[in-house]
Amino acid sequence: MADLSIDFAGIRSPNPFWLASAPPANSGEQVMRAFDAGWGGAVWKTLGDPIVNVSSRFGAVDYAGQKVMGFNNIELITDRGLEVNLREIREVKKRYPKHAVIASLMTETKEDWKVLIRRCEDAGVDGLELNFGCPHGMCERGMGSSVGQEPKLLQEITAWTKEFAKTPVLVKLTPNIGDILDPGIAAVKGGADGLSLINTIKSIIGVDLDRMVPEPRVGNASTNGGYCGPAVKPIAMHMVASLARDPEVTIPISGIGGISNWRDAAEFIALGSTSVQVCTAVMHYGFRIVEDMIDGLSNYLDEHGMTSVRQLVGRAIPGFREWGDLDLGYQIVAKIDANKCIGCQLCVAACQDGAHQCIFTGPNDQQRPPHAHYPGTAKAPRPQILGTQAGDRVPWVDEPECVGCNLCALVCPVPGCITMVETSNETGDTWNRRVQEGRDKVPGGIHE
Amino acid sequence: MKSVLPQQRDELELKDKKPLYSAAEAKAEADRCLYCQDAPCIKACPTEIDIPTFIKKIATDNVRGSAKTIFEQNLLGYSCARVCPVEVLCVGACVYNAWHREPIQIGRLQRYATEKATQPGKPPLFTSAPPSGKKVALIGAGPASLACAGYLALQGHAAVIFEKRPYAGGLNTTGIAPYKLHAEDSLHEVEWVQSLGVEVKTGMELGKDIFGKDLLRDYDAVYLGVGLGEDTKLRIPGEEGDGIYGATAWIEAMKLTPTAGRKLGRVLVVGGGNTAIDVARECALLGATEVTMVYRRDAASMSGYHHEMEGARKEGVRLVTRATPVAFERDAQGKLTGLKVAVDGTEQVLPCDMVALAIGQSKMHAIAAEFPGVELDARGCIVADPTNGATGNAKVFSGGDCINGGKEVVNAVADGRNTARYLEQSWK
Repeated sequence: MADLSIDFAGIRSPNPFWLASAPPANSGEQVMRAFDAGWGGAVWKTLGDPIVNVSSRFGAVDYAGQKVMGFNNIELITDRGLEVNLREIREVKKRYPKHAVIASLMTETKEDWKVLIRRCEDAGVDGLELNFGCPHGMCERGMGSSVGQEPKLLQEITAWTKEFAKTPVLVKLTPNIGDILDPGIAAVKGGADGLSLINTIKSIIGVDLDRMVPEPRVGNASTNGGYCGPAVKPIAMHMVASLARDPEVTIPISGIGGISNWRDAAEFIALGSTSVQVCTAVMHYGFRIVEDMIDGLSNYLDEHGMTSVRQLVGRAIPGFREWGDLDLGYQIVAKIDANKCIGCQLCVAACQDGAHQCIFTGPNDQQRPPHAHYPGTAKAPRPQILGTQAGDRVPWVDEPECVGCNLCALVCPVPGCITMVETSNETGDTWNRRVQEGRDKVPGGIHE
Repeated sequence: MKSVLPQQRDELELKDKKPLYSAAEAKAEADRCLYCQDAPCIKACPTEIDIPTFIKKIATDNVRGSAKTIFEQNLLGYSCARVCPVEVLCVGACVYNAWHREPIQIGRLQRYATEKATQPGKPPLFTSAPPSGKKVALIGAGPASLACAGYLALQGHAAVIFEKRPYAGGLNTTGIAPYKLHAEDSLHEVEWVQSLGVEVKTGMELGKDIFGKDLLRDYDAVYLGVGLGEDTKLRIPGEEGDGIYGATAWIEAMKLTPTAGRKLGRVLVVGGGNTAIDVARECALLGATEVTMVYRRDAASMSGYHHEMEGARKEGVRLVTRATPVAFERDAQGKLTGLKVAVDGTEQVLPCDMVALAIGQSKMHAIAAEFPGVELDARGCIVADPTNGATGNAKVFSGGDCINGGKEVVNAVADGRNTARYLEQSWK
């Protein structure tokens, strides 16, 4: 069985699954139950001067019957006294010495950082995470994302903390910025030992159209919050990969953003994360989800001949290329399995209205599509295929016209019914090469 | 005029088998719909409601828009949602069937949208056009006439319905199985159609209170939506006397008259159509000690729907096939005791306390006679163009059971609507 343990900038953890700094990591009692369930580490809900929260404070986006696709909150850092939290941290480390306990911190002055770091390290934390990401409430007070959005300030505060800290310092980044490399590299220059990202995205989750108040509603008003959950995963992965690809970023990354299961975690790790942090999925389903995360990742590694999770870190990075280096000659076309088709014809609607007009219905629909990408090369469409279930409702693909965009396969509700089949392999013809060789102008442009 | 039904009626003992969805249930079901292109459910609907569109509107909480989408094609979408044999129409055509998954519950969603959007206090869904000066008389207040009158009224034409019964709604009021639709729900729908500008005059019988020649003189068109006549009799010995009912007459009494508090004993239902299955199920649900259907051919030949017969079986209805009624048997006091049937060359007596005859209904010869040029076919049905209801008299149109011999409510609605559209076009 593969070894799931990790060493993150010196922070050791039995597996890469950490609780993110958030409500699930708010108390010793929760963190200990999480460790019992299998979590390898926890980033304690951000410590600092306790705040007063509002009610309500969470909102969610549901989509087509699926609950909590996206989630947002207007909750702030801990509302519990520092001494209470530190006493519980001490207790957790005493009972769970091999698990990672990281204190998330947020405060203002250099002196405050010094005191806060010293007291946390005295309590036995394995590392520190600087919260430069919170996009609501704290940033208006000059903390959270207001630091994360100012690379110079971020670098300076990181440097302060490095003066005081004996344990590794992680910098948690906000995604509310033009280019994630700016704060990421600033953190590296400030001496950070690791990066955590993404924090939540500034958001309004919804509007109560009867009361005319945004949600989540606090009396008769609301404010912007921080967006997270499954919906933000693609944004988070892009930012993680951006940093992981950059040669200046030589420190480990803790990936955060919509991770709900082992597959999400494996994708983040393949894009360069050493550990992953989970919050929304735990808030939705509880600590128990980690059992499958551990089991699934372990089975995946075994099945792919990897003996440790470290071997997976960054494995997909070489597969990332800039657009100009993608192969222009590679071609796939859609194939509809007439025996699986149920005749909903969503592929027809999608292809006709949203793509390239190459999927048709009915034996009489033999006319050419309204445009051809390379006029004069089109061949007659294939004869109609009759399905076993959907009868003559099975659509057909005019293969010479198919540009291989994927849309039909994406909208088809039946697994395995539409597949994209390779018709030519990579040719090495890329846009960048065309530019080099002066072949970058395609007929039909501005100066013709 | 608002019709008032007796408070205590047998039909009220039979509860709704498919109750109104809650908002959460409706949304969950609507969210399952794939929103098929050129959807097969639309083609399976005789009124061609844009089903995927109305379902998507429920999913987005646009219930008012959903109801409008339904009513634009089917003004009686509310009762059709509850009485349509969706299993063999829209739901039967759902692509989920090909996938061996539970098809979308289109009927229940349609009921949700139409019932919610027409509740008291909701703003009107439609605004009728200004008066056009055209007037149409409609005979019979069943679904065909109601649909025709409603669409005419929306276009600004005066539509007056004449109904011989004290209640409007036709079979929706008098004949639908109560676990699908109670009479007051049908009357609620009639009131909604009236709210569009339709006038309904009850207690007006053709040939007695009103006459064809007067209507032809006073109106721009006449619509015959008269349905079918009285239940057919077997014409075998012992048929005269207590205990033997025509099926539709029995159902009407059960639905509309004050409960007799009667105890149903052993019931025989003669026939194999949907009316036979309906009355058998209703008797079983009302507590009959025994309900047996008697059908002269084999089960595969029955014209009743398979899914309805399955429902009847679950409620304890027995089926005797290949049995031809020969004579009714009565005791010395004249009380019904049994029905003698011939089964495969032998004769046997099926003991019973009541018999319902569901073997067809007579046709309306007298109605046609009121209007010169209107002809009947060999089955006794009014001859009309199925696309627009036109008859041999240029001013007279017809639709529903009286032209097709007895089909679904939704077919009658389609007929009425098509005539209304035809008239609207020809008056432009």
